[in-house]
Amino acid sequence: MRRGLVARPAAWLVWGLVAFFFVNLAGVIGSVVVSSFGTRWFDTWLPQGWTGGWYAQAWQEFGLLSVLLVTVQVSALVVGISVLIGVPAAYVLARRSFPGRRLLYLLFLLPILMPPITYGIPLATVLYKYGFAGHVSGVVLANLVPSVPFVILTMTPFIEQIDPAIERAARMCGAGTRQIFTRILAPLLVPGLLAASILVLVRTVGMFELTFLTAGPDSQTLVVALYYSMSAAGIRAQQSVDAMAVIYTTMMLVLLVVALRFVNPTQLVARVKEDVE
Amino acid sequence: MSGRTALRHRLAERGIDRQLLLLAPAAAFVAVLFIYPFLYGVGLSLQPARGGPLGAYRQFFADPYQRDTVLTTLGLALPAALLNVAASVPIAYRMRGHRSGWRSRGKRLLTTVLVVPITLGTVLTAQGLLNFLGPTGWFNRILLATGLVDAPLRLTNNYWGVFFSLVITGFPFAFLLVLSYLSGIDPTLERAAATLGAGGAQRFRRITLPLLAPGLATTFCLTFVLAFSVFPSAVLVGDPAGQTRVISIAAYDAAYVRYDYPMAAAIAVIMGVVELAVIAAVLGWRSLLYTGSTSGGKG
Repeated sequence: MRRGLVARPAAWLVWGLVAFFFVNLAGVIGSVVVSSFGTRWFDTWLPQGWTGGWYAQAWQEFGLLSVLLVTVQVSALVVGISVLIGVPAAYVLARRSFPGRRLLYLLFLLPILMPPITYGIPLATVLYKYGFAGHVSGVVLANLVPSVPFVILTMTPFIEQIDPAIERAARMCGAGTRQIFTRILAPLLVPGLLAASILVLVRTVGMFELTFLTAGPDSQTLVVALYYSMSAAGIRAQQSVDAMAVIYTTMMLVLLVVALRFVNPTQLVARVKEDVE
Repeated sequence: MSGRTALRHRLAERGIDRQLLLLAPAAAFVAVLFIYPFLYGVGLSLQPARGGPLGAYRQFFADPYQRDTVLTTLGLALPAALLNVAASVPIAYRMRGHRSGWRSRGKRLLTTVLVVPITLGTVLTAQGLLNFLGPTGWFNRILLATGLVDAPLRLTNNYWGVFFSLVITGFPFAFLLVLSYLSGIDPTLERAAATLGAGGAQRFRRITLPLLAPGLATTFCLTFVLAFSVFPSAVLVGDPAGQTRVISIAAYDAAYVRYDYPMAAAIAVIMGVVELAVIAAVLGWRSLLYTGSTSGGKG
């Protein structure tokens, strides 16, 4: 090995910084978890006693069951619709060249590149104008704006990997475009579809801005409900807000563990090529 | 042969046929939910209650309370994005290329753990920072207990709270991107330089860094976009009326507190323009750099 355990000072500095980052990260997450189980915590290292009562209180006070149902409903709809719209478009963009292809690609890239607030405010205004905002339908429509392009970008490399000769063979045997999609491409694309769906799911559950701008009182997702309970702090016990935050984190972590079984960590942030093995 | 068939053939030769209809739902969707609202917003921003077509923009730039939000946002987003990218490079550089042994397992573990803050999102990070960095939080207790400071440091509800939240959510994002760009660079290039007598620092500066620079520019842009749209953490761990009144707060205020939609639309447009200007500057600089294959050729 070129480098042994006795590394140079620069290396120790680098690893020290990484360790410092992780210790603080653990502190940030840990303090929320500890606080959510504590009875009274004021100016001491640890709370005076332990209780699970804040969870019951958070569950009732914030109406978490309905919030969770809305979250599940919104994410399922967004994932389903964005896959249905995005995959055919990704197929054409991956396989065909036609005039205006680059322009269209740029158009699909823009909603991902712009901060959600910039298009979220005009979008919310339009959705309010046509009566969608304030309901689940408005939240779903708003969340689809970055999700559809995201599905297109994630699916394009998966489609490029499939040998076009297979499709040509199917056509020779008399399959139409619809049959090629359902009988040939869909089974081959299952890993890609899983990856894209899970990535969209994680992003939708965590998407704050767009949901915040378009949600009404009974169409809030968990992250928006969490924000409202935090910004109205003082009315409610800090610990029950913490309990809610822990519920949100647990949900995200479960999603994350599922996601990491199917996708490479780097795919969570962008579409980049896999490590060369 | 009828004229319609001929036209269809000519179009098919240029790559236009019925299969392109598969694009129609996605294109229509982007047009209706992205382009139309955007143009509607621009139109709205040009119709303020008073002051002529550019009244809302003039009002924004005339009022220091509004105008300064641009600088506040840049003052947060640029340093945070720079730090995230700059810190990722040495760490990713040490981790690249280990495909077996404990270093490889460490790399896998680290990338997995780093995904956690990305999924936590800004709201939870804000809540955690308030608890952890607050005056009675663990961080200040440790500093007090070890005698490094005499009084608790004020790290939340000001610039630093927001800055830390941007680092916690942005650094893993930048790191994973930089790591994947570094993995795309052929290690034989560096070995070739080593056989020619280049030392570690020289190899990094002359071989790796130039090949990595375009990827760094892209990473910077994506991290900057994330940091630029900071909203929940600026409200929750920041000082939303003063030090960290970022432009998205100004836009939100205009739309949902004062119901001044033309003003809100104008601020959204300004926000988009400023962001795209920074990205254009970085990408313009990037186009001056080498953009080609990062794998070694046979020579």
